[in-house]
Amino acid sequence: MKNLKLLPVLFIASLLFIACSNDDDATPLPVNEEEVITTLTVTLTPDDGGTPIELQTRDLDGDGPNAPVITVLGNLNAGVTYNGNIILLNETVNPAENITTEVEEEAEEHQFFYTIGDGLDATTTYTNFDGNGNPLGTQFTLITGAVSSGNITFTLRHEPTKPNTGLVDAGGETDVAATFNVIIE
Amino acid sequence: MRIYALLILLLSGITTISQNCNSTLSGAIIDLHDNTALTGATVILTATEQAILTDLEGNFSFTDLCDETYLIQISHPFCLTKVYKVKIKGVTEKTFYLEHHLEELNEVTIAGKAYDTKSKTIMEMNISKEKLEQYSSGSLGDVLNSLSGVSSINTGNTIVKPIINGLHSSRVVIINNGVRMEDQEWGTEHAPNIDINTAGNITVVKGAGALQYSGDAVGGVIISEAAKVPVKDTLYGKTLVTAASNGIGTSLTSQLTKSYQNGWYGTIQGTLKRFGDFEAPEYILSNTGVFERNTSFRMGLNRFNYGIEAYYSLFKNKIGILRASHLGGAQDQVRAINSDRPLIINDFTYTIDAPKQDVTHHLARLKAFKKFEGLGKVTLQYDFQQNNRLEFDIRRGDDQDDASLDLELKTHTLLLDLDTQISEKIYLKSGIMAGYQNNFANPNTGVRRLIPDYEKYDAGIYGIAEYRLNESLLLELGGRFDYSFMDVFKFYRTSFWESRNYDELFPEIIVEELGNQILTNPQLDFYNTSATAGATYQFSEDYTLFFNYSLASRAPNPSELFSEGLHHSASRIELGDLSFNSEMAHKFSMTLQRENEVFSFSINPYINTINNFIVIEPTGIQQTVRGNFQVWEYRQTNAQLLGVDIDASYVFAENLSFIHQFSLVKGYDRSRDEALIDMPPVNTKNEIVYQNQKLKNLRLALQSEFVFRQNEFPDNNFDVFIPETQTTEIVDISTPPDAYHLLNFNSSIDLKTSKESSLTVGLIVTNALNASYRNYLNRLRFYADDLGRNFLLNLKINY
Repeated sequence: MKNLKLLPVLFIASLLFIACSNDDDATPLPVNEEEVITTLTVTLTPDDGGTPIELQTRDLDGDGPNAPVITVLGNLNAGVTYNGNIILLNETVNPAENITTEVEEEAEEHQFFYTIGDGLDATTTYTNFDGNGNPLGTQFTLITGAVSSGNITFTLRHEPTKPNTGLVDAGGETDVAATFNVIIE
Repeated sequence: MRIYALLILLLSGITTISQNCNSTLSGAIIDLHDNTALTGATVILTATEQAILTDLEGNFSFTDLCDETYLIQISHPFCLTKVYKVKIKGVTEKTFYLEHHLEELNEVTIAGKAYDTKSKTIMEMNISKEKLEQYSSGSLGDVLNSLSGVSSINTGNTIVKPIINGLHSSRVVIINNGVRMEDQEWGTEHAPNIDINTAGNITVVKGAGALQYSGDAVGGVIISEAAKVPVKDTLYGKTLVTAASNGIGTSLTSQLTKSYQNGWYGTIQGTLKRFGDFEAPEYILSNTGVFERNTSFRMGLNRFNYGIEAYYSLFKNKIGILRASHLGGAQDQVRAINSDRPLIINDFTYTIDAPKQDVTHHLARLKAFKKFEGLGKVTLQYDFQQNNRLEFDIRRGDDQDDASLDLELKTHTLLLDLDTQISEKIYLKSGIMAGYQNNFANPNTGVRRLIPDYEKYDAGIYGIAEYRLNESLLLELGGRFDYSFMDVFKFYRTSFWESRNYDELFPEIIVEELGNQILTNPQLDFYNTSATAGATYQFSEDYTLFFNYSLASRAPNPSELFSEGLHHSASRIELGDLSFNSEMAHKFSMTLQRENEVFSFSINPYINTINNFIVIEPTGIQQTVRGNFQVWEYRQTNAQLLGVDIDASYVFAENLSFIHQFSLVKGYDRSRDEALIDMPPVNTKNEIVYQNQKLKNLRLALQSEFVFRQNEFPDNNFDVFIPETQTTEIVDISTPPDAYHLLNFNSSIDLKTSKESSLTVGLIVTNALNASYRNYLNRLRFYADDLGRNFLLNLKINY
């Protein structure tokens, strides 16, 4: 009789086990990275109307093993004022997503920094700002000095301390860090 | 059984014919559960009111009885009083079986004995109910940390994973109420999803010897069991409240049990914990709050010969991760490591923001057992677990409130076990298991899956024989075989697929090519053999020697096989390897134990040699648009861990004792001849305890905990260029922090409130000197100090 009492338990247990084994065989959906920035393009347009210069870093596999491809199209001229414009793209999706729009929408939580390396004679100033009047920096001016060459680094920080005096006390997290070797001739 | 036979005999209606009053009745009173003699049982002949106490062998005898039917009443302190009809004819012999119960309510010391031994030839370590209650507001990892040879790998102070003899995560198996926890335990920052308040006892087996649970416990097995429910009509419960100064929070846990003499019982339990930001001695650890809600139900019938039980538990935990630990890349890492203080310190709050984890674990179990004469005890168990893990990172734009990781792991297991006493000397445990697991990674996160979708099928069979050669020597021999099959759907980045040469190695598993990603269908089989052999020799009243060899095999986990991408919480790119095979560990361990009222100790040296040990370590730097990240790759190597755990206690005076603990473990990569990463540093704990039972069981304890600096570690440092300073700097992620010393105070007193209820009040101070320190095994040690002083007030009400 006691054996009989055990039977329903056995039955229910096996039923549950079998019931749970059914599964759909559909293949999973691919995930396209929504936040990844693959491409940063800086366009420097001389305010006297010359040919724009383009600096680009492009890493189509995001965090994958391939390193970003860095291209510098053209050299800068000495003593010229350039209007700078930064475009960020996510090219892992088709069509490519413009991340600059997102950054500009969240201007208070973002800031670009421009670091001029040793030897390069140039200065930068912010030309666009967030709602509090603090720099955002997707647009800027670059004024070249004497003939020289060196690095220029563009750093985008997410949730930096604003206002700040520069990268040193900005804090936040680095979303983009791209270094280009440029020549002023 | 004999009672039934007897009743039938009685009912067959044989009446007494002649009167002969020179007959005798003799026999023994035996415990129905384990056949031990019950000493001091009262046997009363109701007709004459003649009473006799059984002797040391449980024997009794009555003389000068007449040949007729007598009523005999038998009582024993922990048994139900029973009355039997006995027909006397001449020299009658009769054995009576009583069901002997341990009285839990009256707090008879039961730990250790009321719970079965898990492995006979590895000295087990137990955590008693009292200790568990002290740690009521903490986590499983916190309470296990109090054992020698067990430490923890932490992410902050709320994610605490146990390490047994230097090994953790997938190498430590946790059994929660008879169910093997499947809670994505592969990740170092995934804490066990278990509420310690559901446990009545926790056992740690340091090794793979407990084959009835698993064959892949390379590190060891942690077994959490619910308190036993007595078979009698009663209603009881307890409530524990803890208030803590650090984190300004409380923990409340309560449970109520109703049981009946007919064997039915039910327990309901719940826990609520809420803490805000914790504090280091000098600053607030911003975003480290925790909010935990758990509940469990148990219902069952427990008879001597059969029983059933249903159990369900829900564990829900929201954990904040130190805000300052979320970094963008190597440049950020340099800034964070070089700063003495966390880069982000905000005001105290209970709010938990990203980065955070939100975990839910459901566990349901159905179990039935039946004892068959001549066969043994057969147990059938079905369990189901569902683990949902959400991890939130700091994100941008529309994704800000979305989880970056959303995994749902479902596991079904069916177990059939048989415990047989083959002969007086041989005891055999055997069983089979079947399991099915399904992992679903939600694609709506907008972040590539960290763990791919998979289905896993498991089957296992084991047998463990115990041979008791004589009173002092016991031999144990066991074997287990496990088969697992994994059917995986994994998207690889095309660039990774090619860089690993997978396009040539595994072209057959490609399902679909989608531009920059490739969908693959790896199907993996693992055949694992595990075994154990050991002996326990008690060579004097005080001394016992344990010796055990275990062979454990562990299949690589999904993280080791399939990781491929940025791991935000670690700020590094992690890469798995599809071609891994199982780890094989050979562990020899020996324990010399002395158990004595004055001076007790145990010394446990061990050596664990692991072939194909899977280790993750840095292999280079990867450039991305975001900057540089360090790349950590899993690889297989031959490892060896050696160590010794020492426990000792000495009773100075009636109320004063000294407790000592010492643990040492060294881990080496034998292929590369270097130290293994994340090995617990040498540590020692020394405690003076004053306890006076006459003074309301007052207990005062002062504990010193000294953790040495880890001097053996691999050098994983790397260089990174910092544009703002135009310099190249070393990212020092290897150097362990300095040694530290913590002083802890622990006190409690019992206050009786009424006959049915009691109140215990406890005051605990941890890190009493408010020392600033960093722990080598805390993954957030680069960014912030560990916890400062904490006052905890415990109230426990038993009713």
